[in-house]
Amino acid sequence: MLKPINGDRAPRPVKLTDAAFPAPFAGGLEYNPPARGVWNIVHTAMLIPESHQIYVCAQGCLRGVILTAAEMNAMERMSWVSLREQDMWSGEMEQRVVEGCAHIIDRLPSHPRCITVFLSCMHIFEGCDFRVIQQSLSELYPDIDFVDCYMIPTMRKAMSPEAMMYRQLYKPVKKLPTDNSLVGLTGTQFTFDKQSELFDILAAAGKRTWELPLCKSYEEYLSLGSAEFCISTQPTAYASVKELNKTLGIDVLYLPLCYDYDEIESCYDKLCERLGIVRFDTAPYRGAAEKALASLKETLGGRPISIDHTATPRPLGMALLLCEHGFNVKSIYSDVFIPEERAAFDKLKALGADIDIFPTLDAAMTFAAPEPDSSVLAIGQKAAYFNNTDRFVDIVYGGGLYGFGGIVSLCKLLEEAARVPKDTRRVISHKGWGCESCL
Amino acid sequence: MNQTAQILSIYAADTSGVCSALFELGGMTVIHDASGCNSTYTTHDEPRWYRGSSMMYISALTESDAVMGNDEKFISDLTEVANRLKPEFIAICASPMPAMTGVDMEAIAFDVSHRTGIPAFSVKTNGMHSYIPGAANAFEEIVRHFCEPAERRKGKVNIIGATPLDFSLKGSVESIKQWLRDNGFEVGCCLSMGCTLDDVRAMSSAEVSLVISSTGVKAAEYLKREYGVPYVKGVPIGKSFSRVLADGLRSAAAGQEASPLALRTGESIMAAVLGESIFSASMAAALALDKGISARVIETVGESDLSVLSPFDLSAPDEDVCERELAKHSLIIADPLFRPIAGKGRFVPLPHEAFSGRCFERDIPDLINRELTFLKETGL
Repeated sequence: MLKPINGDRAPRPVKLTDAAFPAPFAGGLEYNPPARGVWNIVHTAMLIPESHQIYVCAQGCLRGVILTAAEMNAMERMSWVSLREQDMWSGEMEQRVVEGCAHIIDRLPSHPRCITVFLSCMHIFEGCDFRVIQQSLSELYPDIDFVDCYMIPTMRKAMSPEAMMYRQLYKPVKKLPTDNSLVGLTGTQFTFDKQSELFDILAAAGKRTWELPLCKSYEEYLSLGSAEFCISTQPTAYASVKELNKTLGIDVLYLPLCYDYDEIESCYDKLCERLGIVRFDTAPYRGAAEKALASLKETLGGRPISIDHTATPRPLGMALLLCEHGFNVKSIYSDVFIPEERAAFDKLKALGADIDIFPTLDAAMTFAAPEPDSSVLAIGQKAAYFNNTDRFVDIVYGGGLYGFGGIVSLCKLLEEAARVPKDTRRVISHKGWGCESCL
Repeated sequence: MNQTAQILSIYAADTSGVCSALFELGGMTVIHDASGCNSTYTTHDEPRWYRGSSMMYISALTESDAVMGNDEKFISDLTEVANRLKPEFIAICASPMPAMTGVDMEAIAFDVSHRTGIPAFSVKTNGMHSYIPGAANAFEEIVRHFCEPAERRKGKVNIIGATPLDFSLKGSVESIKQWLRDNGFEVGCCLSMGCTLDDVRAMSSAEVSLVISSTGVKAAEYLKREYGVPYVKGVPIGKSFSRVLADGLRSAAAGQEASPLALRTGESIMAAVLGESIFSASMAAALALDKGISARVIETVGESDLSVLSPFDLSAPDEDVCERELAKHSLIIADPLFRPIAGKGRFVPLPHEAFSGRCFERDIPDLINRELTFLKETGL
């Protein structure tokens, strides 16, 4: 927990050198910072082309997801069934879901190819049998693929709703005859930055890629079933995406988003081995990253940099990269670190990096509102908000940047962010980074 | 089918109503919930959140705490944060999970108050109702806990039921205050936009309360019951109805019954006004008086104050029923997210934050005590 400074309510950070890993702060009541770029289950499920979403839950839970769709101008793909007290105790929850969905489907102008039906904590606590629901709906509407999805934030100790969503995201995909030229880039909401050498390696092996955000039709989406293998780069998604191996027999190669040169090269070694090609010469790409970092250092000098955990799953890794190249990383905003960050944490500690670690959820963060300060260069929306700066790199989940090429792109974004101010409030209020918005 | 919608939005929930009602009063409001209630409220239901310093949190309930009944975790977290941040009061409310597992919220509030010495109370919610009962219960609790006996001040008027859910930050509440002043009244506590806990303490000194939303009815009734402060329901929309409402306040202050919203006759109805009942009935009255348009209220929240509706009005919170009823009208005034079921009638968008959140916030007009110019584009 944080303690107020001099009796006021402002939060006080923990120095990285004193911080515990992986959780520097105790849990407790949680604050919600107004940075909305992180995707929720609505955004992710909307990636399935020609699909429709139905949420069956309490009004409080419905409100957030329905308005997510409204802001995306996608209300025609969103419906709901609201649960009340009588539904909790009637013992007819399965029937309620089936009847509610059927009523909605019968009102739709045409049948969608796929319907994602979202159940809630209430269903889980009641022991609701989704197989019965799915079976009944599939019998009633054999032309529609029904996918059981879950909005169950209470299950904090089990799989997160985000990870659960990734697991269900590919459920309708069936095994197709293998297309040896196709590699699936799975477990990410965004298309990869094509600056990444990942694409050069795949091209050298004669491969083309499947990316969900680029799929325009349901058929294109289903074509993942023909992929020779898949690549996953996001830690949250990998635990779920690897299920593809169990369900479709498709290998999933985990090549984590990272910033350590050796780790990046080890990922490519793994990839080349899977592709059956000789070790790829990454020296030119590594050199380009070094050059970009050196040039950026010249531009930024000792300007303070702040990073948050929504910008990248590896804020410590990113901080280490920057510190090792002479940048002044001043603070990191993260409530917890993923286990994969251990090495970066230890190295930063060994370097004696003078970095403040702040939580984002602690109640005291309500009062973390300094005067506007454009001197701070933030990476991520929460870091921008908490530092009250208009100079920030607007990315979430790594922003699709990957490998040495990703580092080059990151340097470009940092240089641009330092030069061009953003309307922070407007930018970070936009819900779902990269999604359409009516705001 | 009830409680089902193919394309419509849904109103803000009771938990958001509580947080919105208590936002400005210096307390700490905590929803006993895993996650989601807070981001929904702070994203869609609370335009004051950005750089606001209101202490609104969630308990971060886990499945193991819920199943094992580990209330001590919640109590000790509340105590720790309250001791650290020193709120004026602590309000707690429940989401569906605590409601389902039967958490005794009142006992938790009592315990926390005992441990911290800070007034604490529970506001009845379960995440399964609209913002109206949530905010109404919160307003009633805050008045019950803090209002003190005070000497009556002539001409002083409380405004009860002000939240951005019904009156976005587009000047309407300030205009209501100005309208009161223009009519010779003194503005008392505006519960709760632009007021303090001290204003709440002095609410019993008002001569009359103006209830501008269904969320304010319970608190107004409490003030009437406990302190003899009468109340009048209505929103001063348009020029003519504003005069009628001001007369109603004067009558009520003089000890006479006043029901300004009862003036509509229901003859030759052409228009439908959708939304919360007190606002919609006020709009319908304003249309009748200023424009000669006979309008019917279709209450769409399902939990508004139905006593202000006339026999020809209707409560239709369900999409199917609402769509059928709208087909009967040639003019429909409603939040833009009702448009898909509005049929062929002329549609006049009137955004309501409690329904469409921040989607059309920029288009919300201030209709208080002024010509109904927002109708001009439709030629009316």
